[in-house]
Amino acid sequence: MSAKPVSSPKPKVLMQGNVAAAEGAYRAGCRFFAGYPITPSSEIMVRTGELLKEKGGTFVQMEDEIASIGAVIGASWTGVKAMTATSGPGFSLMQECLGYAYFTETPLVLIDVQRAGPATGQATHVGQGDVMQVRYGSHGDVFPIALCPWSVQEMYDLTIAAFNLSERYRVPTFVVADEAVGHLRENVVLHDDFEIFNRNRSGAGDPFGHDAPDGVPPMPAYGDGAALLVTGSTHDSRGYRKVDDPKVHEALVTRLMRKTMDHVEEIGDVDEYMLDDAEVAFFAYGISARSALAAVNRLRAKGVRAGLLRPRVLWPFPAPQLQALGARVRSLFVPELNKGMIAGVCREYVTVPVHAINQCNGKALSPDKLVAFVEEHP
Amino acid sequence: MSMHEIRICGLGGQGVIMAGMIVGKAAAIFEDRYATLVQSFGPEARGSECSAQVMVADEPIAFPYLRHTDLFVALSQGAYEKFIHEMKEGATLVYESDLVTVDERLPKGAKKFGIPGTRIAEEQLGRRIAFNMVVVGFIAAVSSVVQVEAIIKAVADSVPPGTEAFNMKAFNMGFEYGKNLLS
Repeated sequence: MSAKPVSSPKPKVLMQGNVAAAEGAYRAGCRFFAGYPITPSSEIMVRTGELLKEKGGTFVQMEDEIASIGAVIGASWTGVKAMTATSGPGFSLMQECLGYAYFTETPLVLIDVQRAGPATGQATHVGQGDVMQVRYGSHGDVFPIALCPWSVQEMYDLTIAAFNLSERYRVPTFVVADEAVGHLRENVVLHDDFEIFNRNRSGAGDPFGHDAPDGVPPMPAYGDGAALLVTGSTHDSRGYRKVDDPKVHEALVTRLMRKTMDHVEEIGDVDEYMLDDAEVAFFAYGISARSALAAVNRLRAKGVRAGLLRPRVLWPFPAPQLQALGARVRSLFVPELNKGMIAGVCREYVTVPVHAINQCNGKALSPDKLVAFVEEHP
Repeated sequence: MSMHEIRICGLGGQGVIMAGMIVGKAAAIFEDRYATLVQSFGPEARGSECSAQVMVADEPIAFPYLRHTDLFVALSQGAYEKFIHEMKEGATLVYESDLVTVDERLPKGAKKFGIPGTRIAEEQLGRRIAFNMVVVGFIAAVSSVVQVEAIIKAVADSVPPGTEAFNMKAFNMGFEYGKNLLS
């Protein structure tokens, strides 16, 4: 995956995660934001609004989340990189339009700063209960790309990566953050020497079909001169509705799957810590991976060979890396601020015991709790 | 590695997060160390409990939530009640002496420094909003977590343009109050 810093660090600053995400979006080329404020994501909207006002771009506070994602989809079809930010309840409202975005292959970025749900829940407290909503929230077969930052630095880096992936694959791409990382302030370096990927806007080739079974078609914008038809109904390669043709529907749904799932290696990105000689390993993302990192250090100090596998890209799921790890370690520990959503997925890929460590009290998991749990399950 | 764990807690509107940000910025930017700042707050904009956790270290910080405080800044009685148990032995308590009553729960060997910061801000500066800068100045005087010069730079870097002189005046009042307590 692209969007890795390559050189020349700039002076570091102490910045909030949500603000860093807004800075990353602007540097990735985002010039349109439509949204509706919701804790704990609102600072993304505020900062993006400031940047677009100062430096040029369009910012709209919409009447709700449904209108927000609709505006983002429309903006994307004018050729502009577009984004919104929300939290669990707002994300739910956006799901119907997101289905439309998948099926019309509309690049967009959505940052979901997770709070303790379901429903209004605890608006100012942390949760990780949207990791299945991002995967399966839409109706129909959809194959999203979802990135999980664990630091302020990654709120910046992965927002840029999300735009690149979305433009490259023409698929809605998500930064699934959490309240802890979104509101955390820490050292960050705002690199500006990233590679930036821009969608292929050429009119050469149909906008909704490709000869390759996993191909990404070009995407001309309204105003570029192409005769564009964009529909959420099943369509052929030129965009004409084909709602009775079984072959067209099968081919389209299959290609949309394959353009994400055939590229798991290219899209995927995991971080490994102390895994070379590990006998037990954590699999964790977001703030819970910070808990696990501290727990690994404390366990190592006690002589326990622990390690951490951390997906920066949670969807498509890092099955190859997890399978390889499952063949090496004695057991796997999956700490999450939900009732075991990703632990269940892990069990599909490994045969060693998978221990779910779950907490839904609006607080991050303490490293001490993880250490004690591992010691109780040797 | 050397790690300092700091909690600043009070009521929404007292400038708790800004105070935490100045301490964090002083360490992260002006001392070139690592800092994390976590804020927690209720759904209300003002009046609910508001807490900042600041970690300062020479290495990157894995987990940004503290276990035991080296420095606890209690700006309301509710804050004191909720977090006094977190203090390490020999840690430092800074408190708003008009608002907080310190009792026997203060751990062994702990140092305590009280300042009537709200009164100072109101009576000597005419503006209660300066309260948090008075407290930051006081922290700089009585605690050695971050160097005074770094905190002063962080204050100047954090307050709205045009208010630097006023805020530094508030800072100095808290700082002098602390120095007088120590001498």
